[in-house]
Amino acid sequence: MILTVDHVTTYSYDTAMGASVQSLRLFPSRFSGQREIDWHVAVEGGIRGGEFRDGAGDKVESWSVRPPVEEVVVTVRGQIETIDTAGVLRGHRELVHPMAYLRETTATWIDEGLSKLAAEAVADCTETLDCAHRLSAAVSEAISYEPGTTDAHTTAAEALAQGKGVCQDHAHALIAVARAHDMPARYVSGYLFATEDGAPHEAAHAWTEIWIEGMGWIGFDAANSCCPDDRYIRLGSGLDANEAAPIRGITQGGSEERLNVTVALEQVQQ
Amino acid sequence: MTEYFNEMFDGDQVRAPYSALDGWTRDMPADLRAMKQAEAEAMFRRIGITFAVYGEGGDPDRLIPFDMFPRVFTQMEWRKLERGIKQRARALNAFLLDVYGRGEIVRAGRIPARLVYQNEAYERAVSGFVPPRGIYSHIVGIDLVRTGRDQFYVLEDNCRTPSGVSYMLENREIMMRMFPQLFRDNRIEPVEGYPEALRRTLASVAPAKCTGEPTIAILTPGHFNSAYYEHSFLADLMGVDLVEGADLFVEGGFCWMRTTEGPQKLDVIYRRLDDAYLDPLCFRPDSMLGVPGLMDVYRSGGVTITSAPGAGVADDKAIYTFVPEMIRFYLGEEPLLENVPTWQCAKEDDLKYVLDKIGELVVKEVHGSGGYGMLVGPKSTKEQIEIFRHKIMEDPDNYIAQPTLALSTTPTFVEEGVAPRHVDLRPYCLVGDKIELMPGGLTRVALTEGSLVVNSSQGGGVKDTWVLAE
Repeated sequence: MILTVDHVTTYSYDTAMGASVQSLRLFPSRFSGQREIDWHVAVEGGIRGGEFRDGAGDKVESWSVRPPVEEVVVTVRGQIETIDTAGVLRGHRELVHPMAYLRETTATWIDEGLSKLAAEAVADCTETLDCAHRLSAAVSEAISYEPGTTDAHTTAAEALAQGKGVCQDHAHALIAVARAHDMPARYVSGYLFATEDGAPHEAAHAWTEIWIEGMGWIGFDAANSCCPDDRYIRLGSGLDANEAAPIRGITQGGSEERLNVTVALEQVQQ
Repeated sequence: MTEYFNEMFDGDQVRAPYSALDGWTRDMPADLRAMKQAEAEAMFRRIGITFAVYGEGGDPDRLIPFDMFPRVFTQMEWRKLERGIKQRARALNAFLLDVYGRGEIVRAGRIPARLVYQNEAYERAVSGFVPPRGIYSHIVGIDLVRTGRDQFYVLEDNCRTPSGVSYMLENREIMMRMFPQLFRDNRIEPVEGYPEALRRTLASVAPAKCTGEPTIAILTPGHFNSAYYEHSFLADLMGVDLVEGADLFVEGGFCWMRTTEGPQKLDVIYRRLDDAYLDPLCFRPDSMLGVPGLMDVYRSGGVTITSAPGAGVADDKAIYTFVPEMIRFYLGEEPLLENVPTWQCAKEDDLKYVLDKIGELVVKEVHGSGGYGMLVGPKSTKEQIEIFRHKIMEDPDNYIAQPTLALSTTPTFVEEGVAPRHVDLRPYCLVGDKIELMPGGLTRVALTEGSLVVNSSQGGGVKDTWVLAE
């Protein structure tokens, strides 16, 4: 599939602010499921800083905007070819040891509810890949998709307790239950192309990868009860949403920040 | 009754290194001694160096007791130590470069993967990054104790930002001012070269993008930090700026320092700030002490941070056990300095042994420091031991145990005159384009009779440490 992406993130402020610094992880991962055709990332009026590829294989680029800052506009425009790898992250160069993804974070902290879910889901399961599928199914079942019921700081435990959330919550919950079984798991951010039947949601999307010994990292999208295929564009990963965030930024000053995001994905007909 | 090695006396005989000091004390009348002690204290107060060694906390305005009786090593003794310390510093750096790279030592099965990659101090964010010259720990503080004429043990390694070096320099300075004659009569290796050696070391790890003379600064959390005195003292002696996070910003792939003449590009940061606070965009998002975007500049090669973020994974108490293994693995050498035998309560057999012999052992928290959260079995009451036994059983992974070491003693001025007191030693090793060790270090002394705990928060003091020239 060939997809075009048009993604604009705008942070606006009531009063002029001091300098702004952004660390961007907005570049398509390099693996056999993706081939970048054309990709541009920019911060309007900003100064490009250093760039590097980290140990997890993600490209990071930093930008800064000189004061006074009234608005920070981050744009991504690109075209990419995607290939269905059945969720397997094949051909992805990275160095981080999978075990480094067993660490708990606030967002993925395991509580009684999550450990009960984790234990019941894999009660009679012997094979890790099968376990991972079952855990993903259990999370899909336990948390229904309901936008507006959670926010960026909702933890996996909280989302499970209320039984609803968005893709971020599904991803966090699946990470938590996988780690509970000593399976390294991580948060992946990216895009999802919404098909016409309207089933998948959230064009700016997030899912989970679980390490399966002998196979490597496998993607699981509990929010859509499937594994990522050629409708998915993978950007970067981390222990949780905060670490994997496509944009991490700070603008100095006390004014309230308003966020506006538009994401448009389109399929290029061949 | 345990025999303790007395560094000055072998029976009635004065050991060679201390021969010059025998007469010095005997000829010193009590009132002169009291006067000198008061003078030393006044000097310490005047320069403002107060209680804060090794980030132990405590009352920041309390003066750490200074004992005027120097601790002495011969050139021969020191050379042996020096080889061992440098060997260790090389191995620790090789280990850090490896575990943030391919992790060969883990692949080879010489260190359990869990201990490295699940370690709290392991920074995933720097995985794959190779710092200038491949060095992660530029200032290595190795804590040593002596138990016999030729027997030294490494208590712990400090690969992040070992503090206390200002005491090494001030103790010497004050001794030279008070007893100039001692320094005329004895040939003592100088330690005053430390700030310049540190500056050279930092300059030698400037990033590749730096052309010309590198600009260096010390990054401090601020004046409320317990080691702030040391930060400003070292900045002063090196002739570099002392900065806080708010004095720095990033732009265009570099780190800049705000100055009265406009922004100045900074090449090397000697940070005295923990990893977690360095950059809110990479680590703790709520940190106000760091510089937003600094880690991106660092990882793209625009600035060098010393010690490198992530260096802490080498000095963890659980990793410590494996340092001899690192020396064999990376250097193909046998360790010249021994580790203290250590039992890991995380291991079932070790736990059983520790609970069995707890009254004879020293039990420590894996992540503890400063002598807190520690049990010295032979010096504890039954009740204290029972409390610890429960703590260990509740969370065995959090504890290690070691035999109670018979720490050597050196003569120390006490109320009644001169008496032996237990000491340890922290020398400072610099790692840059070359590896250097200052001939000296910080000797800490347990001022309470019989005490084996030298931490300043537990009644410890400091001494000048001499290495005699040949």
